Amino acid sequence: MGQYVVRRVIQIVPLVLGITIITFALANLVPGSPISDLEFNPQVRPEDRERIAKALGLDQPLHVRYVQWLSHVARGDLGLSLITYQPVMKTIMEKLPNTLLLTVTALILSLIVAIPVGVYGAVRRNSAFDQVTTVGAVAGFAMPTFWLGLMVILILVRMKGAGLPTLPTGGVCELGNCTLLSRVQHLIAPAFVLAFVQTATWTRYIRSQMIEVLRQDYMRTAEAKGLREVVIIFRHGLRNAILPLVTLLALDLPTLFSGSVIVEQIFTWNGLGRLILDSVNKRDYTMVMGVTLFVSVLTVVANLLADIVYGVLDPRIRYD
Amino acid sequence: MAEVRPEGFAERRPAAPATSRVADDLSRVGRTKPRSNAQQAWARFRRNRLAMASLVVVFLVFAFGFGAPLISRYVTHVGYDKQVLLDKFKKPGEDGYILGTDNLGRDVLTRLAYGARMSMMVAILAVASALLFGGTLGSLAGYYGRWIDSVIMRFVDIMLSIPALFLLIFINTLFTVGATALAFVIASVSWMGLARLIRGEIMSIKRRDYVEAARVLGAADSRIIIRHILPNVTPIVIVWATLALPAFILVEAALSFLGLGVQVPVPSLGNMLSDAVTYISHSWTLIFIPGFVIYITVLAINLFGNGLRDALDPRLGEN
Repeated sequence: MGQYVVRRVIQIVPLVLGITIITFALANLVPGSPISDLEFNPQVRPEDRERIAKALGLDQPLHVRYVQWLSHVARGDLGLSLITYQPVMKTIMEKLPNTLLLTVTALILSLIVAIPVGVYGAVRRNSAFDQVTTVGAVAGFAMPTFWLGLMVILILVRMKGAGLPTLPTGGVCELGNCTLLSRVQHLIAPAFVLAFVQTATWTRYIRSQMIEVLRQDYMRTAEAKGLREVVIIFRHGLRNAILPLVTLLALDLPTLFSGSVIVEQIFTWNGLGRLILDSVNKRDYTMVMGVTLFVSVLTVVANLLADIVYGVLDPRIRYD
Repeated sequence: MAEVRPEGFAERRPAAPATSRVADDLSRVGRTKPRSNAQQAWARFRRNRLAMASLVVVFLVFAFGFGAPLISRYVTHVGYDKQVLLDKFKKPGEDGYILGTDNLGRDVLTRLAYGARMSMMVAILAVASALLFGGTLGSLAGYYGRWIDSVIMRFVDIMLSIPALFLLIFINTLFTVGATALAFVIASVSWMGLARLIRGEIMSIKRRDYVEAARVLGAADSRIIIRHILPNVTPIVIVWATLALPAFILVEAALSFLGLGVQVPVPSLGNMLSDAVTYISHSWTLIFIPGFVIYITVLAINLFGNGLRDALDPRLGEN
């Protein structure tokens, strides 16, 4: 096990290096450089321009700049924002808790719905309930997140107009009155929207996984022992069906972050997604580069952890 | 893996000679019309009512989008960028505007048709490019194995760890993209799944006897790949492409919605939505209609794709 962990950690090194190369290459593919508009400025002498270029390290060849940049990234320094001059890492760390709050809440919500629905659909296969939820899952899967978000806002605004009780449709919590209640109220609508599409995917997945498990010999053994159905399904069935979920959750992390970009934009949720979109509009590409790199590395690390956790949870997995 | 024969294989079976002693038995074979794989798949598909219904919807949506110029000329009589500022925010049906007008007095139905066409063209081009990238890299990796495989698959791993939407946003920050470039950008972050799929399939096919036989006969690599391997990979590629299409329509719509895709005044379903957000309190139809068209299109193509998957290879099943 220990050896396996070490080997997996070594394996992610080239992966992370590859990610840094792609992000760095993309950022440097952009035409022009930070000093290219000085070229046509009559008040700047050519020798001054060269001096500035030298000070910024722009006179160095690309691979030298990459190594320098990488050594800073390795120390957690993603550079400064081109707009606010704040360290990129600090800004990311400020926004990350909000994004995690939203995505984790949505994930829990969708699993709370998906697990019972998927299990029941698998156990009572081809029943009316199963058929309805299977069609519902396909219908939910096709739902565009941004449209659902807008329709939810529309309904909430109408409800407010009609004097009905409603929920806030924007922000993380009420300004100047950031109580726990206010936070929860602000969380409900965006978390629901983000959870909606995921619920469809998870339901389908848990259903097919559960059907697979129900066919296994140990299920028949449990039944033959005369155990109660609830015990068979939950202790013997679900526990096995849900194991691969660990890996899948980690693999799904990029989708989760991508989904939160759209939801954060619609509900003006102050997280990483809004940060990257704001930075795009301001052409703050050190920030965009930083956020992309950060989220990608987070994904790689999450996958590594999932693999290790999976090994701990499932004793059938052997690492040689 | 059931043997998936290239089309037309069955027809080349020699007919039983009429004079032979076993002619009576074989005559049944002669009378049963040989059916190609495509015909069998179509027969299976036709039995699936949900899939047939979705095929009709897919056809209607395509006709709507690609008939946009006809709709503009014969139904609404306006172009997609014709602004009539006196007729802002007309409700559907009001003053002859079938689906109403937007904040600049532009006809929604006309824009919707052109928008659907734009979304579908971007998605189709993106699928085609993704097939080209993913197909080529997956085939190379699967067929040649060794270091080529390792290099390509490590690249796939790297690309898969960067969340696609972040990569798309990143690329679109650096370059202003038009519709064609947008399709390439979408394809460039979405070919990895296909590459993995094709690689796995080819690795299993290339060890089959008929491939060995072709090699023994001295066939060149290119001939083996094109004549013997690719026809067997075709069904999974078709299914992948059909299911990628709605996914790319959603990506295009999301990007255009975020202001990073197709740029106004050219309508796309996504940017119509993002225009409508500003006027959310004026008109709910402006938000409902484009989103509904996206939803129906994506849902119908998904159902069609699921039906197609079941018809082409019933054993592929849920996942």
